[in-house]
Amino acid sequence: MTEENENKPQQNEDISSKSEEAKPKEHENQKQAPTNQEDAPTAESDEINQSSDRPPKADSSETTSKSEKPKRPRKKRTKKDQPPEKQEPSPNQPLLDHYVKMIKNSLGDDSIEEAFVNRSSKELPTITATPKSYFSIAKLLRDHEELQFQFLSDLHGIDYESHMEIYVYLYSMTKKQSVALKVKLDRDNPVIPSLVPLWKGANWPENEAYDLLGITFEDHPDLKRIMLGEDWEGYPLRKDYEPYDVEV
Amino acid sequence: MIRTEEMLLNVGPQHPSTHGVFRLVVKVDGEIIKEATPVIGYLHRGTEKLAEDLQYTQIIPYTDRMDYLSAMTNNYVICHAVETLMDLEVPERAEYLRVIAMELGRIASHLVWYGTYLMDIGTTSPFLYAFREREMIINLLNELCGARLTFNYMRIGGVKWDAPDGWIDKVRDFIPYMREQVKGYHELVTGNEIFLNRVKGVGQYTQEEAIQYSLSGANLRCTGIPYDLRKEQPYSIYDRFDFHVPVGETGDAWSRYLCRMSEMEESLKILEQAVDQFPEGGKTMGKVPRIIKPPKGEVYVRIESPRGEIGCYIASDGKKTPYRLKFRRPSFYNLQILPKLLEGENMANLIAILGGVDIVLGEVDG
Repeated sequence: MTEENENKPQQNEDISSKSEEAKPKEHENQKQAPTNQEDAPTAESDEINQSSDRPPKADSSETTSKSEKPKRPRKKRTKKDQPPEKQEPSPNQPLLDHYVKMIKNSLGDDSIEEAFVNRSSKELPTITATPKSYFSIAKLLRDHEELQFQFLSDLHGIDYESHMEIYVYLYSMTKKQSVALKVKLDRDNPVIPSLVPLWKGANWPENEAYDLLGITFEDHPDLKRIMLGEDWEGYPLRKDYEPYDVEV
Repeated sequence: MIRTEEMLLNVGPQHPSTHGVFRLVVKVDGEIIKEATPVIGYLHRGTEKLAEDLQYTQIIPYTDRMDYLSAMTNNYVICHAVETLMDLEVPERAEYLRVIAMELGRIASHLVWYGTYLMDIGTTSPFLYAFREREMIINLLNELCGARLTFNYMRIGGVKWDAPDGWIDKVRDFIPYMREQVKGYHELVTGNEIFLNRVKGVGQYTQEEAIQYSLSGANLRCTGIPYDLRKEQPYSIYDRFDFHVPVGETGDAWSRYLCRMSEMEESLKILEQAVDQFPEGGKTMGKVPRIIKPPKGEVYVRIESPRGEIGCYIASDGKKTPYRLKFRRPSFYNLQILPKLLEGENMANLIAILGGVDIVLGEVDG
């Protein structure tokens, strides 16, 4: 299938989304006003929304009285106002500790740079490996009987300007657990062992990271530019990349 | 004696049955494929790079253009990522609308696959039936959001439009009709001797290989692994629905066919329950700040698209544009196994295997 162009009815939408973009800027200074508007969609305004055809509603401007506030947003607010709740240890903390212990036992204390539970990513245990131990940690995570992270879900690179990073998301289908493995690389010379010997599925994602970020994967069977042409200059996803056509 | 020698053959990038701008360089010895090298990137638009200069809401239409056969799931994955990062609550009504839209999209996407796959194999009529039903779904979605393909329907914290009057009833009426049609598809194709000969044992792989190659969706389930993120790590409100995950046994094109056909029926089940549970009133947008600025941090979420596991990674530095956005695109991962599947195969099976993987090039190339 080719990309069909069936977009005519969207025109309306385009206009409304433009105004959406413009409006926030006007209101930026009076943040409170818009939030209050949204707080108080009375029964009336809801009815209007349902009956009329396609009102540019809810997220655009609609001045309603700030009389009664519905229960749900208030619930949300109380949640937000309780940072102490966040301080509680994550339910996945024991899992992370377990992984870290396993890794340290077999690969030494200095194999892990950092380990934490990423609270904002569904309590995801995250391990930052040192470049030297990156491959062996990945292998251990895959093969160890108590870990069994046999499925590589995602692999990509990030340019943090101070350093490069590889982010690998692994999943254990047998234990139904996830882990993120990260490694920080020298930005000027980002070289790291390839994971293709462990997961053949890492082949193209690594090519993509090489293509767009210039990260070199050692022992990769076929490291090449996969999206861009072989003669492309520079690595587009690097933060200091200068676009070919600056105007665009 | 006829002397044969290896020949390099170029398939694509515009070959009609390659499902888009996909190029395959095949080395053939007579009719047998010795080596196949996929060449991709013809549709690379640099979505991830573009996104770095866009506000989150502005990124949503770009996701429509990745997997353009099931834009609703793409819409959802980015919204879900931002919502997770910001810890936002989505109103009940919006979640139901999202699920209904996504499942309708899943059926529509499978219908395109069904029609085009059988066309690849050499029969034309299923395509016509599949597109007739798909048109009905597209019309439903059009009524919902005003677009037929690139919906741009979901928003961070909810959905853009509420369902128009009577829309839910239209969906309700559509379910039994579609169920009948799926039965019809089976009658038309499933028992057909020629079809069976074309797909049975073709493009076969084992469970271990499927996991090795990071396959997902029906491509993984056809080997017998019941791995569906709607069950595995329920997101949205999928834990409220009773459905099962169809799996295959043999891991060949035939089992992939059966999986996808049953998935349509399962989606209908979900739709049926979602329509019944659909809340009377309520908002379609949660409380979302005017300018969406997720806190500093990173998030990776994944959901089940018709083609497999679609993931979205966001690294935010607290600004209104993402610092780094990454989509884990199922077609991109699934396609990697193609060279292995084609090796040693008959040339005539090339399209039967490629079609069975069910790729969308907009997604492969990002």
